[in-house]
Amino acid sequence: MPGVEGFIYPNEIELQWSVLIVLYPFITGLVAGAFILASLERVFNVAAVRPTYRLALLTALAFLIVAPLPLQLHLGHPERSFSMYLTPHSESAMAMFGFVYLWYLMVVLLLEIWFDYRKDLVLAWRSSRGLKRLLYSVLTLGSDNISEAALRVDDRLGRILTVIGIPSAFLLHGYVGFIFGSIKANPWWSTPLMPIVFLFSAIVSGVALVMLLYVASCWIRRVPVDMVCLDTIARYLFYAFVIDFSLELLDLIHRIYEADESFRALDFMVKTRLFTSQIVLQIVVGTLVPLSLLALAQLVLLRERARRALYVAAGALTLVGIFAMRWNVVIGGQLFSKSFLGYTTYKMSFATREGLLPAILLMILPFVILAALVRLLPPWTDGREASQH
Amino acid sequence: MGGRFRDYEHVLRVAAIFVLAFLGFMAVRAWLVPEDFGVYGFFRAGALDDNRAHPIVHAGRAACVECHADVVEARRGSRHEPIGCEACHGPLARHASAEDDTKPRRPDARATCVKCHETKAGKPAGYPQVSAAEHAPEGPCTACHQAHSPRIS
Amino acid sequence: MQQERRAFLMVAGRLIALSGAASLAWDAVVAGAPETAPNYRLTDHWWAMIVDIEKCIGCGNCVRACKAENDVPREPGCFRTWVERYQIDPEDFEHPKVDSPDGAYEGFPEIAGPTERLKIFFVPKLCNHCAHSPCVQVCPVGATFESPDGVVLVDKARCLGCRYCVQACPYGCRFIDPRSHTADKCSLCYHRITRDLTTACCETCPTGARQLADLKNPADPIHEFLRTHKVNVLKPQMATGAKLYYNGLDGAVR
Repeated sequence: MPGVEGFIYPNEIELQWSVLIVLYPFITGLVAGAFILASLERVFNVAAVRPTYRLALLTALAFLIVAPLPLQLHLGHPERSFSMYLTPHSESAMAMFGFVYLWYLMVVLLLEIWFDYRKDLVLAWRSSRGLKRLLYSVLTLGSDNISEAALRVDDRLGRILTVIGIPSAFLLHGYVGFIFGSIKANPWWSTPLMPIVFLFSAIVSGVALVMLLYVASCWIRRVPVDMVCLDTIARYLFYAFVIDFSLELLDLIHRIYEADESFRALDFMVKTRLFTSQIVLQIVVGTLVPLSLLALAQLVLLRERARRALYVAAGALTLVGIFAMRWNVVIGGQLFSKSFLGYTTYKMSFATREGLLPAILLMILPFVILAALVRLLPPWTDGREASQH
Repeated sequence: MGGRFRDYEHVLRVAAIFVLAFLGFMAVRAWLVPEDFGVYGFFRAGALDDNRAHPIVHAGRAACVECHADVVEARRGSRHEPIGCEACHGPLARHASAEDDTKPRRPDARATCVKCHETKAGKPAGYPQVSAAEHAPEGPCTACHQAHSPRIS
Repeated sequence: MQQERRAFLMVAGRLIALSGAASLAWDAVVAGAPETAPNYRLTDHWWAMIVDIEKCIGCGNCVRACKAENDVPREPGCFRTWVERYQIDPEDFEHPKVDSPDGAYEGFPEIAGPTERLKIFFVPKLCNHCAHSPCVQVCPVGATFESPDGVVLVDKARCLGCRYCVQACPYGCRFIDPRSHTADKCSLCYHRITRDLTTACCETCPTGARQLADLKNPADPIHEFLRTHKVNVLKPQMATGAKLYYNGLDGAVR
């Protein structure tokens, strides 16, 4: 059989989960990470990252809206997906995740954004006309009280929501890790470390994304980057990355040391079929290089321009590395046979329902949504709008 | 007190939306979840019927015996007696239910035997195997062997 | 007083009639829908299967019969049952050579090369109808389940096609039907065993290597079989409660 090496069970010839299922943990990870960054300011009072607070929330929202779309494209019967809410199987991590997602979207993210933006929404309502006025009036739910006392209520509720939001963000992406980590049939996935590894790589990817978006937005708006903010974000990115790297290294060392039945099959797979995506992209390009760059910035005093360039490079490589990690988990876990006696290959198509093209479009979509959100609910703290070209 | 209420009235609007959405969801749920869901366990009881409603394609030995008593006699005591009729004759539920008047095609008198009795590594010791090409290069196996009561003489 | 007594009798009469009707209805429910299986009581059965590797000749009758009986697609990767052939060099026990050409739909081709040193045998595989099934555990909507009589089935009307169950099965016995885009697998010929027939694969197996068994039937030969043979299940370390009992299962079998 073409693409098959050794023996696979006859039903394993086709991979079950495609690149769309790689996208899904990547996107939810960005959401969780962006939110954790936002919570740094709100709950832990790291004032330096204030310029990115609202941007991080809007980023999380834009990506969370897109998150279910790769799943819908993948399902054999997307029209039945609502059954997950009607008859959710409590023993199924996937079913329970539907509620975690819903909770996070409705209660944590939307409410927090609403309470934080309410004053601006009311002001926008008062100062706009026509369709925009109608839109803003709907968004304020018809209430226009922005007195000091009302704003204090908003602030307190926003803080409570952020506090609730942190474990919710942990749950959001930890759960995705559990969806894989609880499958005893698959030794590449089945480990209690999986939710934690997923969570920390989520934090890394989300922080890197917001950092890049902040720099990009400053460049687009022709506004100077707040270097104190950027340095602080990069420092937290570095810390999170060190933890993430340690966790993944621990998993690897543990597997190599115990060398159980599945290990030989997995080891061979990593050295051959997964070499480019795992060794080259995830480990070297996506982890060791950005970690070194970030470490360099911590250890050596560099000029502002150099630091900025270094952060951008590190952030971009980080995103590549975390995407590669998701790829290696999802696709890698399906390349070897559960008989441990053979391998198959993933033939990714381009312009089909689960091909590369929809994957690319789905990755572009959140940025489009974010651009719309940024126009509707400007997150900038420096009082300057985008400069007119 | 009126002032106090005014200051968190917007929160109550949000809460009202959530409550309404929840009630709406429960109503939709009551309408959409099938009535027979959860009767025996976490599944739709009608699925048992769906799985049972599949058409029968193999008649089963008992059905053949009803009409072909002569073959039953012929097979009595032979090495082939434990084998189901459809193992060689293929699925015959339509024929057995008299839905179809046409006579079913006789199984190929060489290929049918070869598929079990061709010498192949891995068959259990003591299983009658023969290399068909060496044993009888051509012609039907039934030229010398009775399919319903084979004998190794 | 007359009116009150009449009212009381009417209510009581209705209650008695209703409870009688209700108990009849419950009997029908327990028995399964009357039209499809009038004499079949779910709680009387706990289905299992015995596979005797020492009898299997790798003829592939079971694979062909299953495809015919259950209208299984002929596309690659759609097998409700299949047979594997193991070739083990006794000096290299950890690396068996295994093949299953088209699931053994046309049986097996001749082995090229010398075979005297090798240990060769055939292993029929199908759904194990696990009592603690991991595939049932992960289904998000209850579209796959274990019936009260021990058969793991798929509800094709509810399945989303999310493929989580296919990932969760350690034995590789599930697949997605390309026509209905839902999960599919061996149903233990549920439409046959609830009508006093045996499964298509057991019906057409010429050597009796496959035997349907009902653990709740005291007269079933499985009880004696389990007592007198050394049986095993696939991947016992997974503790799936598999009910597919193999006799002669070599340790090299994956």
